[in-house]
Amino acid sequence: MDALELDFGLPLRSFRLELALALGRETFALVGPSGAGKTTVLRAVAGLAKPEHGRIRLGGEVLFDSAAGIDVPPEDRRVGFVFQDYALFPHMTVAQNVAYGARGRAAELLERFRIAHLAGARPGELSGGERQRVGLARALAREPGVLLLDEPLSALDPHTRAALRLELRELLDELDLPVLLVTHDFHDAAVLADRVAALADGTVRQVGTPSELIAAPADAFVASFTGANVLAGVARSGAGGLTEVALAGGGVVYSVDEAVGDVEVAVYPWDVSISREPPDDSALNHVRGPITSLVVLGNRARVQVRGLVGEVTAASAERLGLREDEVVMASFKAAATRLVERAPTTSGR
Amino acid sequence: MRRRRLFDLAIAGATVLALTFLLLPLVAIFLRVPLGKLVSQLWSDVAVDALVVTLETNAIAQALILLVGTPTAYFIATRRFRGRALAITLVELPLVLPPAVAGLALLAAFGRLGLLGSTFDVLGITVSTGTKTAVILAVAYVASPFYIRGAIASFESLDKPLLDASRTLGAGPARTFFRIALPLAAKGLGAAAALSFARGIGEFGATIMFAGSLQGVTQTLSLAIYAQFDLDFDVALSLGALLVVVCAAILFTVKLLPAWTRSSSTSVYPFAPSGSS
Repeated sequence: MDALELDFGLPLRSFRLELALALGRETFALVGPSGAGKTTVLRAVAGLAKPEHGRIRLGGEVLFDSAAGIDVPPEDRRVGFVFQDYALFPHMTVAQNVAYGARGRAAELLERFRIAHLAGARPGELSGGERQRVGLARALAREPGVLLLDEPLSALDPHTRAALRLELRELLDELDLPVLLVTHDFHDAAVLADRVAALADGTVRQVGTPSELIAAPADAFVASFTGANVLAGVARSGAGGLTEVALAGGGVVYSVDEAVGDVEVAVYPWDVSISREPPDDSALNHVRGPITSLVVLGNRARVQVRGLVGEVTAASAERLGLREDEVVMASFKAAATRLVERAPTTSGR
Repeated sequence: MRRRRLFDLAIAGATVLALTFLLLPLVAIFLRVPLGKLVSQLWSDVAVDALVVTLETNAIAQALILLVGTPTAYFIATRRFRGRALAITLVELPLVLPPAVAGLALLAAFGRLGLLGSTFDVLGITVSTGTKTAVILAVAYVASPFYIRGAIASFESLDKPLLDASRTLGAGPARTFFRIALPLAAKGLGAAAALSFARGIGEFGATIMFAGSLQGVTQTLSLAIYAQFDLDFDVALSLGALLVVVCAAILFTVKLLPAWTRSSSTSVYPFAPSGSS
């Protein structure tokens, strides 16, 4: 039996939130741009927002059922909620925060989350990472049946973020609880979650493991959200079973995916190679043009050629002597060229 | 260059003029009569009676204002309902109402011949002119908007996720109110209560219309000043001096409250999003 089952609709300001999801004992991430309705999903599970219709079930217990007139108030739901910015009570100490909802195991949680030495401190004195641990300890103190995390890493600076992401992942693995988290960062979701649902304008576009979403994005929104280059074009079947796509920005590329008519071409940066001469490898697609931007980050270099971002090692960028405005060739294989549907709405927000 | 200096001089001059105009009368109260005489006049029967009546009626009125006003403000601040804007406007109405009109209105509603006069008689409460109950009602009527308005603002500025967090941690609405909302809004509520208290202490118009001016019963400090004005100007002055000191003390308290909040870094929550969402 699934641990958490959602199937509800809720009107928001500019669109309707409609979704059906079932979670087991796994970490499940709802990803999408800000304003996609992600936080409202968590609020509905916690009882802080009321769906217009539908059902929410946690384990054997019905939390909400519009048909049966059931709407369990938030304080009676076995739900642990870690708010964005953590919402720690500023007038209470760490120990008082954790004990607020505890069933007599606050001390044990302080030990477990390595915050026992902060027991007497106020939230205002804590670092971002410490706040997160207090927020988690407080949410788990009620022994919830599901843990909800709202943008768990967004309140942190980039420096602590990477370290805490891994720490959080280990912690969630140990919990053996269904965890529903929302984030606008696909990278965070990929590290933290077993499965991911891409949400845009209130509807789920695709559900799968992070690698499934990257391997076969369902539409242009998912492709661009997972980090792909997305180029508009018109497809027709070409020679050798390949599909030929005339790009809107000029040029033709080939794909092994079948499609006809208006499509979006999705290519991930790590599938794009950069060279000075037409390469003699098997890459079928070439885009030639000046480098519009070149950013070196650690041992990787991101090179942009006519709207197409390619990622190469910093070493090879140096070996090729790449510089901005220099004309180069960006190449990618037909097998790495995915053809996806245009997103139903222009929700690249 | 010269024109700019002229402008600076002009606005500085206006400031000096305004401050002098506002402060001179207050200073004059203390200069008219020697300080020793001013203090000794406070022990006259009229002054003591007025002080007792003022403190007694205001203590009861403020208690009622806090008791009823706090939940009212919390309700208006945290719920969205039809007519909410109207409710806020109604709360603010007595602020702009002329005190004489307030007194007249109270008379029409609660006086012996008023709308609810007979109802109060049945309950065994005599409200009509010449009772302390009338003074309490008059003070509560004119002072409560100061408290409720300030209290609504403090409850509205609470970080909403903190209230939500309390609910998800198993606390019902009542526990959330007492453990989270009330302590976090306490400083704002204190400031609002101080303003309401200052307004109540100085109440004159509504009280004299509705309750009358009976020494030892309904004659508060303000009413005693008015009554002594013709009889013994020195007593009136010493009562006035007392009120100046009390009101100044309240004002300084209100001004200092937010400063304490800021300086106590332990209770500040720097990452809280601004509350008015």
